[in-house]
Parts: sequence; C-alpha cells; structure tokens
Amino acid sequence: MACILEARNLNKSFGAVTAAADINARIEQDSIVGLIGSNGAGKTTFINMVTGYLTPTSGQILYQDRDITGMPPREITRLGICRSFQIPQLFNTLAVGENLMVGVGIAARSSRAAHGQERGAEQSTLVEQLIERFNLGGYRTQAAGLLPEGVRKLLDIAMAVAGRPRVLLLDEPTSGVSADEKFRLMDMVMGALKTAGVTVLFVEHDMDIVSRYTHRILAFYEGRIIADGDPQTVLRDAEVRRYVIGEQIHAPATKETAGAAD
Amino acid sequence: MSQLPAVIIDGILYASWMFIIAVGLTLIYGVMKILNVAHGSLYALGAYTGSTFAGYWLSQGHAPLGSYGVLLVAAIVVGLIAGPLIERGLLRFMYGRDEVVLVLVTYALFLILEDFTKLLFGVDPILVSQPYSLLGNMEMGSLIYPVYSLVLVAVSVLVGVALALVLNRTRQGKILRAVIHDREMSTAVGINVSRVYLVTFTVGAMLAALGGALTAPTTSVQPGIGAEVIVLAFAIVVVGGLGSLGGAAVGALLVGLVRSGAVHYRPEVELFSVYVVMAVVLIVRPKGLFAAPEVRKI
Amino acid sequence: MQRDPTLPLLFAALVVLLALGPFLPQWALSFVSVALYLGIVVLGMALMMRTGLVSFGQGLYYCLGAYAAGTLDHFYKLSDLLLMVIAGALVAALVALILGFLLSKYRDIFFAMLSLAFSMILYGLLVKTSELGSTDGFGLSVKTFAGIPLTHGWVRYSIYAFSAVLAAIFTAGIHRYLNSHLGRLAGAIRDNELRVEYMGASVRRVIHLNYVIAAALAGVGGALMAATIGHVDPETTANWTTSGEFVFIAILSGTGSVLAPFLGAGIFEAVRTFALQYFPNTWQMTLGITMLLVIMFLPGGLWSVFGLRRRST
Repeated sequence: MACILEARNLNKSFGAVTAAADINARIEQDSIVGLIGSNGAGKTTFINMVTGYLTPTSGQILYQDRDITGMPPREITRLGICRSFQIPQLFNTLAVGENLMVGVGIAARSSRAAHGQERGAEQSTLVEQLIERFNLGGYRTQAAGLLPEGVRKLLDIAMAVAGRPRVLLLDEPTSGVSADEKFRLMDMVMGALKTAGVTVLFVEHDMDIVSRYTHRILAFYEGRIIADGDPQTVLRDAEVRRYVIGEQIHAPATKETAGAAD
Repeated sequence: MSQLPAVIIDGILYASWMFIIAVGLTLIYGVMKILNVAHGSLYALGAYTGSTFAGYWLSQGHAPLGSYGVLLVAAIVVGLIAGPLIERGLLRFMYGRDEVVLVLVTYALFLILEDFTKLLFGVDPILVSQPYSLLGNMEMGSLIYPVYSLVLVAVSVLVGVALALVLNRTRQGKILRAVIHDREMSTAVGINVSRVYLVTFTVGAMLAALGGALTAPTTSVQPGIGAEVIVLAFAIVVVGGLGSLGGAAVGALLVGLVRSGAVHYRPEVELFSVYVVMAVVLIVRPKGLFAAPEVRKI
Repeated sequence: MQRDPTLPLLFAALVVLLALGPFLPQWALSFVSVALYLGIVVLGMALMMRTGLVSFGQGLYYCLGAYAAGTLDHFYKLSDLLLMVIAGALVAALVALILGFLLSKYRDIFFAMLSLAFSMILYGLLVKTSELGSTDGFGLSVKTFAGIPLTHGWVRYSIYAFSAVLAAIFTAGIHRYLNSHLGRLAGAIRDNELRVEYMGASVRRVIHLNYVIAAALAGVGGALMAATIGHVDPETTANWTTSGEFVFIAILSGTGSVLAPFLGAGIFEAVRTFALQYFPNTWQMTLGITMLLVIMFLPGGLWSVFGLRRRST
C-alpha cells in the first residue's frame, strides 16, 4: 500500500516544553489510524503540525512524497488534507446549510479541484449529500451556534469532508458526545467516508471505539510515540497500559497510588 | 544638535501630563474592555472645575500655595461624581454588548458632555495661571523651564509608581489584575466584578480629571480641549499596548519625544507625527508594545 | 419561499426619487442628496462589517474622493460630474489597494485604530498644505456631466439624480455580492477565520477585496458630497469625528438590509439638521442622546423597526 503521509523525526518545543519529540510515522493510503494518549501527550500537536497550524522545530512532513513542512493551513487543505477540531470550529451565526455551502463553495474554487470548477447546481447537490450523509436534515436552517453539541461535532466533521480530502484528521470526534451516541456518530462518519477512499486519522480517548474502527493505533506519551501497530497488539502493550489506558481499573480501594503497584 | 536637550526635556514634559490621562484610559480598557471616548470630556471637566475652584480660592485671598490642593480636590470631586454616575447610570446597562457599540456609547457620552460642559461653564476661555506662574522658573543649563512643569513630571511619576504599587503589591491590585486577565473566571472565583468596574472607572475618571486640573493653569481652558486630547490618548494607549500601565508610560514618552522632535525640527509634521508613530508601532508590533501574549485556541 | 423584495423596492424608490426631484424644494433636494452620499459611504462600511471589521477611518477615502473631485474643478477646470465621481472612486481604490496589504492583517480595535491613524495623517497633511487651502479648504462647482453642459438651474437636480442612480446601482450590486459565495464567505470570516483558512480560502484576500470596495464607495460618496456642497475641507472629511459619524450611522442602520444605510443616513441627517436649528448650543448633546436611545432601545438598528425577518448576517 502506498504511503500517503509521513512524519520524519518531528520535534516541537515551546521554550522549555517539549510537545513532540522524534515523531516518526508512515501512514498508508486508505488506512484508518487511531491516535491515543493522555491529555498533553502530543496528539493534537501532531495534528496541528501536519495541518500547518504549527511549524515543527525540526523534522519533515511528507504528503504524497511532497514536503509540506511549514506550509500554512490554507495550502495544506487545498492539497487534500482536512481536519475537524476538538472544539467544533463552525460559523455560528450561519445556518447549517449555509455553513456547508461556504465549505463546498471554497472547495469548488480551490486550485486542487481535480473535478474542475463546479457550477452552482452541483454545489447545491453536494451540500444536500452532506446533509443527508450526516443526518443534518432536521437542523438545516438552524444557526450553527444553537445546535446541540453532538450535532455541532457532526457538522464540524461534515465541513472537513466538504473539502474533498484524501487525508482526514479528526480531533476527538466523539468527545462531548454522550456515551450511547458515540458509536452512532462513528458509524455515521465512517459510513459517509467508506465510499470516498479517504485515509482517516482520529484522536480518541475511548478504547472501545479505537479498537473497533481502526486498522492501526499510534500511542503517544509525553510527546513521543510509544507504540505503533495493530489495535490488539498496541492495546496490550505494557507501556501503553501504564501510560495511556490505565492498568489497575479494578484496583481495591486501599491501594494508594498507581505507581505503588509497580 | 544643540537643540537635543530641549527636545528631550520638552518631550518628557509633554509625556508627563499625557501619561496621567493615558494611564486612566488604559486602566479602564484593561479592566472593562471599554475604549472610553468620554475620557477627553472628563479631562475637560477636570480642567474647568480645577480652574474655577482655584480661581475662587485665589480670589478669596487664600494662600496661593493652597491652590494646588484645590486643583487636586477638584479632580477628585469630578472623578467621584462623574465616575459612578456614568458607570452606574449608563455603562452598567451596556456590558455584554459588542466592543464597538460600547465605543459608540462613550462617543455619545462625549458629545453630551461637551455641550454639558459648555452649559455649566460657558464658552468663554478661562485662564487661571497663578498656580503655574507662582513657582517661577528654573534654569537648566542654557534652558529655562517653569518649575510647575517639572512638578508635573514629578506628579506623573508619582501616579505611575503609586498605580504600579497598588496593582502589584496590594490585594485590591491582584483582584484588578485577575479581572483584567479573565472576567468570567474572576466572577467564577467570587470576585465582585461589578464593584471592580465601578472603582476602576471612578479612578480612571479621577485621573483624567487630574490631568485636566493640573494642565489648566498652563493654558486657557476652552471648549474643544477634550476632543484634542482624546485622540492623542488613544494613540498612546494603543502604542503602549491596551491595558498595560508600563505601556502607557513608554507610549507617552515615545509620543512626547516624537512630537517634541517634530515641533523643534519640522513643525509642519507636528500634527500627524503622533499618528505616524502609531502606524509604525502597529506595523512592527501589531498589538502594541506591551500587549498580552496570545493563548492557543485549538 | 418569500421573494426577496429588496430589488423591486430599490427600483421603485429610484423611480420615485427621479420623478419627484424637479418638484422638490431646494432644502428637500439637498437633504436627499446628503442622505444618498452618506448612505453610499455607509453601504461600504456595512460590507466591511460583514467581515467583522469596523473602520474608524473611512474619512480617509471620503476625503480623498472629495478632494479629487475638487481638484479637477479647482485646478484643472474639469468641472464634469461624471469625471469627478470616477476620479474619486479611482483615487480611493488605489490608496486602499496599497494600504489594504497592511490593514488586512489587523482586526478589532487595532484595525479601527490603524485606519483612524491613516485618516488623521491625511488630515494633518491637508491642514499643513496651503495650496489646498489648509483648514479652509476650497470651493468647487459642477458644470457638465459626461461632457454635456448643465444649465444652471439643472445642476442641483443633476447631482441629485446622479447620486440616486449611483446609490441604486451600488446597492443592487452589493446586494448581489452579499448573496454570492464571496458574500457568504465574508460572513464566515467574521464568525470564524480559522475555519475559513482551514477550508482552503484566503481570509486576507477577501478582506483586502472588501476593503477596496468599501474605500471606492467612500470615495464616490466624497466626490458626490463635494459636488453637492460645493466645498471641501479637512475638518468635515478626514477628521476622526467624521469617521465616527459614519460608524454611528452604520450601527444605527443595523445590518438588516442593504437599504438600511440610506434610512440611517437620512435619519441621522434629519436629527442633526433639526438639532442644529432648534438647539444650536446643544446640538451635540441632542445627537448624543439620540445615539444612546437608539443603541439602548433598538439594538438591531433602525431597520428592526420594520420587524422584518433579520437575515442571519
């Protein structure tokens, strides 16, 4: 399988704080990769570097063998890498339909559009398709700022998909969504993407979701990748259990700290 | 180059009285996020009240030195009356509205106060120069400066130091800085933000009035002085960084020196030299010289 | 779905204005002319406000337009109204094109202050330029339109009519623009610039474009003002108080419709004339109180009085 996205020796520090250290990863085309790690481990920093929000202190990011390190988000998006956000980034005073129209409109005019400039009618069709795929029909005319959190998340992801990405990065797509809704949301998102031929990377804290939807997992800790492989192997890895998942979930109440057990 | 000492001293003199006005403006913005256009009117009110009080005091034959105290009292009176009246009576109902709308509110207030001042004090210029001439002149090398102006410098330094001490060493100061930093969080930890606003605006008003009262003896007080001052104060505050006390000082010095240089070397550009400075600073430092650092958004 | 009444309303208003014009008394002609050229300036500001930016320095372009028009007559004896308006628009647009590279990087109060600074720089320059009359400015008159000489009695009506036609064209144009992709994009930028960049569009380019359009409109407004009043000076054009008035009219009008700026300009001018006439010593206070009342009780601007469905702008 071709490698569509590659990180080589990525480092990012903010003064004395190291947010990413020696990140190396090769992402294969059409794969679905989960990024796990506790808060502050470097997952969002990784996404921010890949999408151009942050410039790595050192290292390279290659997309389809092309060096995109340090390019601004606008250009990276035009190349085909789109993302959703931990906190949904929407146009709050615009209606759901208008949000998507803006997104589809921008994508139609971006230079990367291999399908050429789309006419107004085609754009409307695309918007309808997105509304249908992400089940947003009931909220079409509501302002994005007034939507329930789960719907905002969906819209945020729909906006990312509107950009016709080849690589889609989702930052905690199910956070803020109630436990019983998480699977429904992921089913919907994955279903919408299945036909598209998109490589997906998503950050997730829920291990059930990660193990169910991904082919591969990258585990982060203190800015480094501590495990990289298929879900079964990674989730059983000792370090991953220690630093990410948590080891003693059934620990008796008398135990003092997690460290004491080791 | 023999003009250089004169340029520098003139610049410092100019900066000192602008600082007193600017520091109140930046304080109000820092805490309340309001760009107070009416600050100029408060300055004018301070000048008029100061002149009127001092004029009365002197005409009654009281000790001329007491007129300084009178000026101070005038500023405090204006601040204590106008401050709470404006904040409680008007601004309080506008919090939560857009920043631009708030600027328009203070602009409307400025218009109202301009005419109000005319109604109260008439349109004829007032000049009570005795407090100014009383102290005589002082020689500094080949240059002669009125002692009053130098006293003004001392006062503005005092104001700056006092504010800095209050902000950094006292509990009230810490509370103020907390509100400057994050209004919502401050409310969440139990700070009475409403009262902080009232106090801040009143102090700001007093400072503006003080600037006016202290400047009054040096010039003839007439309609329009508020409008002249406010744009300069804006320039200083933006140059220094909104909400920064140190920024107001540096901004005032920068503006003062540039203006002084213009007056001495190229008088034609005096009028807009200040704006050129503001434009240049904003180009180099988009948020002013001492702006707060940016927080990560995503 | 309800049809958008804006364009028919606009056309009707234009026809009415043109037809009534010859029969209106002088003060009414003047009043409408003022409302029209002020409205054109504010129309441009409304466009900028769609992207979330409030300019406190539109006076710069208003002044450039006015002086460009004045210069044509005063120095080159080219007293043609059409030429004046074109000159005003071009000069303003050119300066905005250059300044826009810088200003499109700023937001909020910094954008406001920087735009104010440039306006005050022009003010200072003009005050010190004796060739242009310093604080007194200079006078001008309109004698022809597109080469056609205007008989003395028809000059006022010609300026009035041309202002109305231009206002209608610009309003229709902006209306269409706001309903296009670029118009939607402007609103998106105001809401969330980050998202716009992350969708692949350049925020700066859109802002720069809107800034130039708004400047051109202000330039046209200034040229029309010069023609209407017959006089230009720094105080009523480039000084911050003029820019402040534009901002006030913009907020007063609200964002409910492209027609709102003209309503707002008309009411502002009416209040100001009324205040100047009946309260000559306290007209500023009257204006200020009116402003406060509108801000307090009509947060959606004057247009909300009509109770029309407020577009999600």
